[in-house]
Amino acid sequence: MADVILKADDIVKHYPIKGGILRTTTGHVKAVDGVSFELHRGETLGIVGESGCGKSTLGRVLMRLEEPTSGTVNFDGVEMYAQSGSAMRKLRRDIQIVFQDPYTSLNPRKTVGDIIGEPFDIHPDVVPKGGRKQAVKDLLDMVGLNPEHINRYPHQFSGGQRQRIGIARGIALKPKVLICDEPVSALDVSVQAQVINLMEKLQDELGLSYIFIAHDLSVVRHISDRVGVMYLGRMVELGTEAEIYQRPTHPYTQALLSAVPVPDPTMRGKREQIVLTGDVPSPANPPSGCRFHTRCFKAQEVCSVEDPELIPRPDGAGEHRSACLFAEPRVIVETVDVTDVEPDTRFATTDTVDVDAFGQTPGALPDDETAEVDRTEVADGYAPEDQPTGVGRMIDNREGDNPRPPV
Amino acid sequence: MSTTTKSAAPQSQYQPDANGRLLEVENLHVEFHTPDGIARAINGASFDLHQGETLAILGESGSGKSVTAQAIMGILDMPPAVIPEGAIRYAGHDLLTMPEEQRRKVRGPEISMIFQDALSSLNPTFPVGWQIGEMFRQHRGMNKSDAYAQAVRLMERVAIPAAKERVKQYPHQFSGGMRQRIMIAMAIALDPAVLIADEPTTALDVTVQAQIMALLAELQEERQMGLILITHDLGVVADVADRAAVMYAGRIVAKADIDDLYARPAHPYTRGLLESIPRLDQKGQTLAAIGGLPPNLMRIPPGCAFNPRCRMAQEICREQEPELRRVGNQESRCHFAEEVLNG
Repeated sequence: MADVILKADDIVKHYPIKGGILRTTTGHVKAVDGVSFELHRGETLGIVGESGCGKSTLGRVLMRLEEPTSGTVNFDGVEMYAQSGSAMRKLRRDIQIVFQDPYTSLNPRKTVGDIIGEPFDIHPDVVPKGGRKQAVKDLLDMVGLNPEHINRYPHQFSGGQRQRIGIARGIALKPKVLICDEPVSALDVSVQAQVINLMEKLQDELGLSYIFIAHDLSVVRHISDRVGVMYLGRMVELGTEAEIYQRPTHPYTQALLSAVPVPDPTMRGKREQIVLTGDVPSPANPPSGCRFHTRCFKAQEVCSVEDPELIPRPDGAGEHRSACLFAEPRVIVETVDVTDVEPDTRFATTDTVDVDAFGQTPGALPDDETAEVDRTEVADGYAPEDQPTGVGRMIDNREGDNPRPPV
Repeated sequence: MSTTTKSAAPQSQYQPDANGRLLEVENLHVEFHTPDGIARAINGASFDLHQGETLAILGESGSGKSVTAQAIMGILDMPPAVIPEGAIRYAGHDLLTMPEEQRRKVRGPEISMIFQDALSSLNPTFPVGWQIGEMFRQHRGMNKSDAYAQAVRLMERVAIPAAKERVKQYPHQFSGGMRQRIMIAMAIALDPAVLIADEPTTALDVTVQAQIMALLAELQEERQMGLILITHDLGVVADVADRAAVMYAGRIVAKADIDDLYARPAHPYTRGLLESIPRLDQKGQTLAAIGGLPPNLMRIPPGCAFNPRCRMAQEICREQEPELRRVGNQESRCHFAEEVLNG
């Protein structure tokens, strides 16, 4: 049996809805409603789902940034929610988080050195005081940034570089588990790959386990060993990457996979399309029985009554966990194994070191020029720039084309 | 092509040319003049659009793709935007030199646009039906109740359930996907010949994205619209476009039929992009990234704008800006386009 580092058991997180003059609780938004899974040491568990499915709330509950309504998390043999202040703080060393938005998750008034070094202030025994600056420089180097930039401010970095800073902060305390909440979804395609490759490299070097929360099924397939699919606060299917992508048994997973466009025009019209009708129901008032039955193409009478469990069900080649009474494997994506295919390095690189717009590793900007200039967007695709003149490196804050999925 | 319910639509004075060409953008330049300097958002973009065709404009943020759309629509804020050079011809008439009065009559009935963020593009203080109906009141001089009736018809057309009841609801009462449908209803209200969709599905979930793209394809087929799809998503482009223009730092760096663009890219940037995207249908893929990031538009590097990130770059790339030229049956703005194409 694989070595389990984190075990979540029946996690529930309900938010009260207050209404009326007396602000009485009139209902609950059932953001996460009974999710259980295990995370193995050194693996990446992808959590996918559409907006509002509860995947980000789950991440926050696992970090204990939110107290769950009920449920337990066992982290490396310790019951997380039973820990009091100081013990919990100690536990947090081992479980860290990287947030989605590299623009709002870094304090604009602090230098990169302060941001990455802050975990050392909270956990002073990790690195002795005199060694912190060097520790931060080592971290910058590890995430492919120039260690000389320790005194710069977040606005002097591009979106991709800021996400590297967020990752450096996340790994500063040498955690065992890193929760990544949509870490690449705000980045442009050409930058996304750099950050994904960096995360894979760090996982190998540090033996990290990742919980990778994302809505992009292609990215999740690429990075994950196992994948959990969420719908309306529940996990509907959980299996290895191959089980979920090659033999999905839950109709929702199948519909989700069929909706993802593939960058290959020759596949046009040849792929099976399962078009779901309607919108995701409100998590305040989820449907009875199976939560997906209102949109499911397979739904029968029984589905609105019986709530199917997430248990192993046959998938053709074996079995994996699926929460559907009529679970049945269906090939949605014709998978090509390209493990042995090397990328064409004449056009792109697998190197994880950051390179600037002039093809140089970052440098050349004097550290005292840390102007605080208004970066108000004037029009889409255009933003006033604030870097000093001369042979400056390029600073770009225009990577937010895909800012976030709808709320 | 127009249905009987559209009988109010006057015959357009704008007709495509003999080849079915509707729109022609020629050597378009757009600059933003700011206190910090001039940002050159578009540096000589040329392309055309035919009836019933889908042209994708593909690019990352800051590549100038949205500015191109705004220039065609004539909704750029000028100043700070300046168009020093270029022409945008719609059915032979240059939109840039046209009096504003006349251009207003093009915007909506002839060329219309769908924006990325439906929530901020709709007015939160008016019912959606009123906003859709505005097109008819403004351009067709319809009264309020007729305009509402048209709004219901359009909302039904874009598959909004219970349109009659929902026509008087406000934008916040609709989901993201439904709001995007309302935007589409508004855009097609006057049966335009050209529809520009600027990242129409970027803010939406994949299952909703599939619904919206299917709806757009259906409407295009039905009305034979020319569709300009602006996006950064190589998957969506592969699914719907006939042709694509790839933009980088305000330039069109590649232009090709969709099959060629993916199978035989003739520009290193396109090649690099294709190497860098994770694919749903591949396992064990090694991702490779284009190093670095797109240039600051105020300081575009000399020579080829892509040269600092290009792994093939030679001396000539740093000195001389390549022209967009024909290679095989596509166009590429690269000194070594042949090598890229055949390599």
